[in-house]
Amino acid sequence: MTDTTANAVHFEASHGEHAHHDADHMPGFFARWFMSTNHKDIGTLYLIFAIIAGIIGGGISGLMRWELAEPGIQHLEAWAQFMNPGATYDEALHLWNVLITAHGLIMVFFMVMPAMIGGFGNWFVPLMIGAPDMAFPRMNNISFWLLPPAFILLLSSAFFPGGNGPGAGIGWTAYAPLSTSGSSGPAVDLAIFSLHIAGASSILGAVNFITTIFNMRAPGMTLHKMPLFAWSVLVTAFLLLLSLPVLAGAITMLLTDRNFGTHFFDAAGGGDPVLYQHLFWFFGHPEVYIMILPGFGMVSHVVATFSRKPIFGYLGMAYAMVAIGVIGFVVWAHHMFTVGMDVNTKMYFTAATMVIAVPTGIKIFSWIATMWGGSLTFQTPMLWALGFIFMFTVGGVTGVVLANGGVDTYMHDTYYVVAHFHYVLSLGAVFSLFAGFYYWFAKMSGRMYNEMLGQLHFWIFFIGVNVLFFPMHFLGLQGMQRRVPDYTDAFADYNWLASWGYAIMGIGMIFFFINLIWSLFAGRKAPDNPWGEGATTLEWTLSSPPPFHQFETLPRID
Amino acid sequence: MAASMARRNGRTAAIAAFVAVAMVGLAFASVPLYRIFCQVTGFAGTTQRAEDGAVPGPVGRMISVRFDANTSRALPWRFEPVDTHRNVAVGARNIALYTARNLSDRPVTGTATFNVTPAQAGQYFSKIQCFCFTEQTLAPGEEVRMPVIFFVDPAIMDDPDARDISEITLSYTFYPVDQPEAGS
Repeated sequence: MTDTTANAVHFEASHGEHAHHDADHMPGFFARWFMSTNHKDIGTLYLIFAIIAGIIGGGISGLMRWELAEPGIQHLEAWAQFMNPGATYDEALHLWNVLITAHGLIMVFFMVMPAMIGGFGNWFVPLMIGAPDMAFPRMNNISFWLLPPAFILLLSSAFFPGGNGPGAGIGWTAYAPLSTSGSSGPAVDLAIFSLHIAGASSILGAVNFITTIFNMRAPGMTLHKMPLFAWSVLVTAFLLLLSLPVLAGAITMLLTDRNFGTHFFDAAGGGDPVLYQHLFWFFGHPEVYIMILPGFGMVSHVVATFSRKPIFGYLGMAYAMVAIGVIGFVVWAHHMFTVGMDVNTKMYFTAATMVIAVPTGIKIFSWIATMWGGSLTFQTPMLWALGFIFMFTVGGVTGVVLANGGVDTYMHDTYYVVAHFHYVLSLGAVFSLFAGFYYWFAKMSGRMYNEMLGQLHFWIFFIGVNVLFFPMHFLGLQGMQRRVPDYTDAFADYNWLASWGYAIMGIGMIFFFINLIWSLFAGRKAPDNPWGEGATTLEWTLSSPPPFHQFETLPRID
Repeated sequence: MAASMARRNGRTAAIAAFVAVAMVGLAFASVPLYRIFCQVTGFAGTTQRAEDGAVPGPVGRMISVRFDANTSRALPWRFEPVDTHRNVAVGARNIALYTARNLSDRPVTGTATFNVTPAQAGQYFSKIQCFCFTEQTLAPGEEVRMPVIFFVDPAIMDDPDARDISEITLSYTFYPVDQPEAGS
């Protein structure tokens, strides 16, 4: 059922002699990387972009942990002075809001989404479904090249007035009225434009993936034989298509409220600020699944490969992702339990939210069942995948706690929430990204990564992020508020511990970069399929790296 | 073959693009839809409108009503309730008074938005007459008393979510109505 292998024995068109002679003709450096229409090159560009954005976004979180290491304000004033000589104390506090805003927006829109969808999606969806390229290669180029200007707009907003100081200090949620009448100056407008452009990029990408997956699968590859990563990107593309336009509409309304005197979200004018929250979270909740679903797909392949078994319950796994996507659209108000909803509304959103635990549970148990009785090996990608399953389950359990409207009234905007969403994103999405990176590094670069450095990276990072985020559960339960740079002395010890956790994680990342650079230049040449019989998808039938143009003759799936 | 594939791709992309555009439309349509939804259901503390004949008469339970007044920064008025707090009989017809004074030296037209908290009380708070139903124009320096005639629907005592409410806060926010600048 799940065997989508196109056997390399009767399929070697791509590097066989009857391939076109120009199959490996590559354009020059500038044309190749700046005018690229090749899905693999664009995927590489996306990955490079995501790594750069991740360094910046991760660096900002390092600044925040540095400030939070001790109670009181230690460094913020110095940083504010550095950015803007003569900065006042209030401007220093505003800088904190700018930092949390930048960290959130960069990690969501410029690190996780480009890496998962743009990077691995572009690289491996066409390879896995046996397509020569994406359906609209030039649109693919536009999708990528919209991102750098969007990122530059967001970064440049830090140097423009944003109300109480330079920069947009509105949180990644940009709630009105803080983002409208509460933040005068162009910084917030720049941040909103940045989201518009990043959103347009993602919508174009989503249209491209949907078209590619529906129309360009190799002969014989029905939807029910399609690899799970392609399924996950298909579901993600639909979520993007349905949710991002709503964000675009909502932030456009913010923009007109700010600049053109409309009152969509202003009570003094007949509007309602709560409507913004509804619109934002109608986008925002599907967005969190957008960030994790491709990870589900990658982890499925890694677990199956290193268990040397086909994935357990393939169809259930595919439709669990569809179910998560569908239910994800009707649970948004669990992010806003404290706006004064009546008890019946809370009850509905509590129950609907908990329903999501069912398809998610199906996925977790199917991964475990895949490993059951398998012939397991614990190479680096498998370690990351196992780490993902463990961490994501922890984050899922705290999610079920927070889903309760009554409990959330107490937990809302505390570090418990911060711990929850970092366990599913920073330890879930990021672990799956690393799993995919190590799994496909050989395929993408043609060289093997260093196993020793990969394992060191995993273990140090794993310990670091847990030391970093686990104490936040306790801080949240004790009532420490998120988005505040100072806290009472009673929270000092756990915060000190969490900041050391960040340092450990940072050491882990050093091994990642050493491994990346060393392997790119001096890694062992990779065979077509370094993982053996467990790796059954089409990309392993191609050379490593794959030819510049693949599948001139389409593979045929039985 | 290639041409038919291009056509198929074009059609799929067109459908997807249409969906994206429709979702943008839905985002903007949500503004009036949300308002209508709140008016119909009393969601988020939206009060109801009733005719004078609909007043049911007192049913023997008192409830406390607080009156709150806010003014947009763009409106040069002083706007406040005469009494900040009244005990009223559930079901009885009540009058509350607000005063508004135009602090500027030109006539200004304003109008008010309103709602009540707790939000569940919205569907049981009925207004028969209110200054907020129309626009108000005040001459320079003019001060007016503005009435709101309301009753608390006795059905509130049958609603398990709302019957424990002992105090309702009625809040207004006055804001300027955009007027064409008259030759200034």
